Amino acid sequence: MVKRVIVGAHYGLKDWVIQRVSAVVMALYTIVFCLTALINNKFSYQDLHQIFSNRFVKITTLLFFISLLLHAWIGIRDIFMDYIKPTSLRFLLQVSVIIALSGYGIWALLILWS
Amino acid sequence: MKFSIYRFNPEVDEKPYMQDYDIELAPTDRMLLDAILKIKALDDSLALRKSCREGVCGSDGMNINGKNGLACITPLKDLKEPVVLRPLPGLPVIRDLIVDMGQFFKQYHSVKPYLINDNPPPQKERLQSPEDREELNGLYECVLCACCSTSCPSFWWNPDKFVGPAGLLQAYRFIADTRDEATNERLDNLEDPYRLFRCHTIMNCVDVCPKGLNPTKAIGKIKDALLKRSV
Repeated sequence: MVKRVIVGAHYGLKDWVIQRVSAVVMALYTIVFCLTALINNKFSYQDLHQIFSNRFVKITTLLFFISLLLHAWIGIRDIFMDYIKPTSLRFLLQVSVIIALSGYGIWALLILWS
Repeated sequence: MKFSIYRFNPEVDEKPYMQDYDIELAPTDRMLLDAILKIKALDDSLALRKSCREGVCGSDGMNINGKNGLACITPLKDLKEPVVLRPLPGLPVIRDLIVDMGQFFKQYHSVKPYLINDNPPPQKERLQSPEDREELNGLYECVLCACCSTSCPSFWWNPDKFVGPAGLLQAYRFIADTRDEATNERLDNLEDPYRLFRCHTIMNCVDVCPKGLNPTKAIGKIKDALLKRSV
């Protein structure tokens, strides 16, 4: 009889690191964004349009959204791994989430560069 | 003192039920286990595990007023009445307060909780520097009572895949040991979204550990070791 050897699946570390790093990126962006908004105190459409036409703001905002999507993906995948036991259903849900999140990403990109 | 104790005998009962007891305590009855043994003297059908009665053997782990702990080192004076006693959550109940620890020990064994060093042993013993030995404090004291793992939601949902706080604490105990030579294999064994990364730092394990250990910290150190190895 062959005894099954227990070994790790050799992944998981990257996801964990990405979740931590993306959280830091989002926290920094949120703090800086809120502070500048409060200091400038300008919230009209014109003001916001001007702020977001700056290339640096566009890029950092896109970084924020990439972090958000990665963070959300890992979090939701973890919830599915805990609670959704049937493989086919879990796979279906995971694919749907990936498609939805990718859609949100493209949408964010279009808004930022429109 | 009033008690409400989980009762289930699969040979007789269809469903588990809570049974109330009201007993007179003597001034010498200081710990919860003293009271339970008094109850058992009145009702010998009550089943529980116990042995050393001083928090060393880890047999009498149970859920006390909603929190896991060892009955033998839980002072009666700190408990709110009625004291509700249930078996450790998340493991199959064999009878009353006795649970099947099979799954728990399976995970414990999966981390190879023993020193691996293929070099011929020296004449006397394998030595460590005091600093290296210091690293094992807070790791080796675990008595395997399962209070931590059975309070961990991640272990409840995936007891067959997640090693659990007790197993991971022991895994780190040997990763941290400078005499052990299987660090890489140990890290390989744990690099897995279920085996290690099911831990979401809920920290119930730290909250309940009767020995005051910190499995969450040890798990964090395993993650750090994995990160160090990969960058």
